[in-house]
Amino acid sequence: MQRFSSYRDFDWPLLTLIAILSVISVLEIKSATAMTKFHGFDHKQIGFLAVGLFLMFVISLIDYHLLVDIVPWLYGIFLALLIAVPFVGTKVLGARRWIKLPGGVHFQPSEWMKLVLILSVARFFWPRAGRGLSWTDIGKAFALVGIPLLLVLKQPDLGTSLTYVPILAIGLFLGGIDWRKATILIVIFAAIGFGAVKSGKVLKPFQLARLTSFMDPNLDPKGTGYQIRQSMIAVGSGGLWGKGANQGTQTQGDFLPIPYTDFIFAALSEEHGFVGAVVVLMLYFLVLMRLIQNAQTASDIPGTFIVMGVVSVIVFQIAVNVGMVVDLMPVTGIPLPLLSYGGSSVLFTFLALGIVMNIRMRRFVN
Amino acid sequence: MTSPPTIDREEKLSPAKLHATQYVIVLILGILIFGLWRLQVLDVDNYRSLAEANRIRKVPVLAPRGRIFDREGRLIVDNYSSTSCFLIRDQIRDADAELPKIALGLHIPIEQLQATLRRFAAAPKYQPIPIKQDITPDEQAFIAAHRDGLPELETLEEQRRLYPRDGFAAHLIGYVGEVSEAMLEKDSRYDFYQPGDVVGQSGVEATYDAYLRGTDGSRDVIVNSHGKEVGQLGQELATPGHDLKLTIDLDLQIAAEKALEGKNGAIVALDPHTGEVLAMVSRPSFDPNQFSVRVSHSYWNSILDNPDHPLLNKAIQAQLAPGSTFKIIMSVAGLEEGVAQDLRVNCQGGASFYGQFHACDKHHGGVDIHNAIPYSCDTFYYTLADKLGIDTIAKYAKSIGISLKTGIDLPQEATGTMPSTAWKLKTQHERWYPSEAISVGIGQGAVTASPIQLARALGGVASGGVFHRPHVVMPGQIDDQTQASIYESYPGAAEAKIALNADNWQIITDGMAATTTSGTAGVAHLEGIDFAGKTGTAQVMSHAGLAKAAKGRNTTPNAWFVGMTPRRNPDVVVAVLWEHGDWGSNSAKLGAQMVDAYVTKQRTKDHNLKLADTPAPKPEATPTPAAAPTASSTGQ
Repeated sequence: MQRFSSYRDFDWPLLTLIAILSVISVLEIKSATAMTKFHGFDHKQIGFLAVGLFLMFVISLIDYHLLVDIVPWLYGIFLALLIAVPFVGTKVLGARRWIKLPGGVHFQPSEWMKLVLILSVARFFWPRAGRGLSWTDIGKAFALVGIPLLLVLKQPDLGTSLTYVPILAIGLFLGGIDWRKATILIVIFAAIGFGAVKSGKVLKPFQLARLTSFMDPNLDPKGTGYQIRQSMIAVGSGGLWGKGANQGTQTQGDFLPIPYTDFIFAALSEEHGFVGAVVVLMLYFLVLMRLIQNAQTASDIPGTFIVMGVVSVIVFQIAVNVGMVVDLMPVTGIPLPLLSYGGSSVLFTFLALGIVMNIRMRRFVN
Repeated sequence: MTSPPTIDREEKLSPAKLHATQYVIVLILGILIFGLWRLQVLDVDNYRSLAEANRIRKVPVLAPRGRIFDREGRLIVDNYSSTSCFLIRDQIRDADAELPKIALGLHIPIEQLQATLRRFAAAPKYQPIPIKQDITPDEQAFIAAHRDGLPELETLEEQRRLYPRDGFAAHLIGYVGEVSEAMLEKDSRYDFYQPGDVVGQSGVEATYDAYLRGTDGSRDVIVNSHGKEVGQLGQELATPGHDLKLTIDLDLQIAAEKALEGKNGAIVALDPHTGEVLAMVSRPSFDPNQFSVRVSHSYWNSILDNPDHPLLNKAIQAQLAPGSTFKIIMSVAGLEEGVAQDLRVNCQGGASFYGQFHACDKHHGGVDIHNAIPYSCDTFYYTLADKLGIDTIAKYAKSIGISLKTGIDLPQEATGTMPSTAWKLKTQHERWYPSEAISVGIGQGAVTASPIQLARALGGVASGGVFHRPHVVMPGQIDDQTQASIYESYPGAAEAKIALNADNWQIITDGMAATTTSGTAGVAHLEGIDFAGKTGTAQVMSHAGLAKAAKGRNTTPNAWFVGMTPRRNPDVVVAVLWEHGDWGSNSAKLGAQMVDAYVTKQRTKDHNLKLADTPAPKPEATPTPAAAPTASSTGQ
């Protein structure tokens, strides 16, 4: 079978939406770091975006079927890397997450594993989709995602490990899990989760502190509770129209914690208000709808699975990050895709979108 | 690996699941928008005020205190603006690299800087900690040049007191410092003060604090989360404190400081016509500059360990036996009672009373009131005291102000003691023995007084029995009500008048004049000046046996002198206390220096005024003779 692909079929509206969000990202990073020792991060972000855009075009040229074909190899390699990280990784802020490559580049296997898992899940459910999932299938799917998840949780990196969950969830959902099995799984995992939090063995003390301070921000006014409190003050005081670009007193006064990464949405909400925040959420909505349309038009099952895997990760990250900023979710340290500063985050997002473009360009079968 | 061959690649998923996903996304975004609405629209006012409270801080702008001048408008105490440097630790990025840089730029030994950091280790990291006060322009420039590189450095401008050097007039002026918790809790005068306020702690600074301090203003500054100032919204200007003119004459103060140099004791000079204090010195002294705001530990300990009590203003706080200066009060009592006029004793180096011998330092032979004063014959006054009895002596002494505060406008004036039968019953629950009155007659025994009391007492006697409240601040500067309330908080004998017979007045003042020509202060004679006075040599230990028990403490007698010019209705009276000065005549020399300095200045001034007023030479007007005591005694 011969497939035809051309840049005329590139998703230009999607790329436009991404470009708008990227510009907003750069401007808000500039504002949030202007008064701090991190000023200049906006320029670095532009650099990441340029690299991301380049890689997006590169990956769109490789037929995603090739990626699906070699994904067991990729899975094996990245699982080995995750196992190796605790031994060869670089320790930053108490967690070993990075492997230092020659040339000073820090490489985070857990971030790349996200992409690998999206592809692996697509490949795993491809033959099984629509045929009724057995408990054996479900068990295999759990092992596929659960092993790397536990390895990343152990680093410790709760945020990244949690982003693996929606990949499995969307896979099970699209793969055709029946309601009975789904309900049983939800109940079991709710019970395990509750027990894990209670026992205090699975979560590190700081992770537990984040969860408890989510319940009562006043418990620890200078720690995690302080972050939530300052975030709520930033968002709330922004009001309907916001305080204006570079005018956020919480953001500029350094009250808001890490306003260029995890709390960038709080900075944006303070300076551009409810209206600005909703506009950005609407842009995300358009991006997601566009992605789902691409999932629908994909020429085959793995295409749909891959695009929906990307959708699930992006939705999950938006829900958890924005939810944290408006005090509906605990602090987990998950960046906001396309807005938060950071090379790993930008590269994952653009590579993921590159694969989506890839799938779109190959939607017509010749 | 290849894909499983049995699968049809063209197979597709049902769109229903994708649609379901879309609804889930809409639901999630809806919840998030609801979260935003809740914070940004429903609760916006609450969060706005929280955000304001976060970043706006009221910072006081300290009002500069009023300056202090002498009676002729010469500056004694000024202010200077000083910059202190603070360190905000949570702005430090690399302590190992930055601390040595800071130490070098601010000229602080690195060990000292690290010690400061250790001292504040328990304090919250965002709280600025003081690392150097009074930084130089050079160091300020260093901080300004490194605003970006060393953001942890912060400066604060404040007005600080600049006092004269070497403890000049330190006790009189006092010093400022942070108001203590005890002052805030116990003293109603500090009801409106806040912790951290700098207030006068002693001397004029304390008495006139409300007048000197002015009203602090404030600035609304914008701070970041570390408390670092990043901008300003508005300000309320500070009202500077009022300047204050003292009654002190700087020239006379300098003479007094010189006279007591290297000695322990006090000198006070005042104008008996008004009670204006012209000079006040206490030694040893201290450096009030060291006290401004916060005194260093080592300096404070060196002050506390000094056995000569540098913080004590001996001019008003020393309570010591007045010795023979008390004989002037004895003379008033004796003459007014009609006993001393006809009293004649034959001094053979002392006399026995009630079976105990009381010594006189010389064999004066036949002595009456006229030579008893200049030669300070103890035998005469032992006899007089015996004849008068303690309660008569006490009555006169009290009316002249002994055992009463003078009411001077300075804090913590001492009372002194005047024994009497009632006093002994009250304090020792014992009856008085007539034999105890003998040593009181020469200003020993239980009687104690301060230099200011003696200056007011002897100056008042020489003024014909008119006594004024000594004060150090020129009247008329402060509104009457405030002035009255200040005087009320410093109660004492204040203004008083006793009936003093003109003949008695003449006898006493002539006796004091003879003291400085042929009497005990003959060595202090001043040619061409009507100089009068009375010496006193007061034993520190009344018995040789007690002196042995002193164990190395200095038992040399204290030397007193109270002198004045002219002898009647004096323009100036000087009280000198030289601790362990050995003989009253030694103090008389110091007193003579003061009187000489005063007269020389007045004569020069008069001469200059005359030169200015009289273009053509004129015949000199005849000097007015001494006025009658009752007529001239008020007000001049």
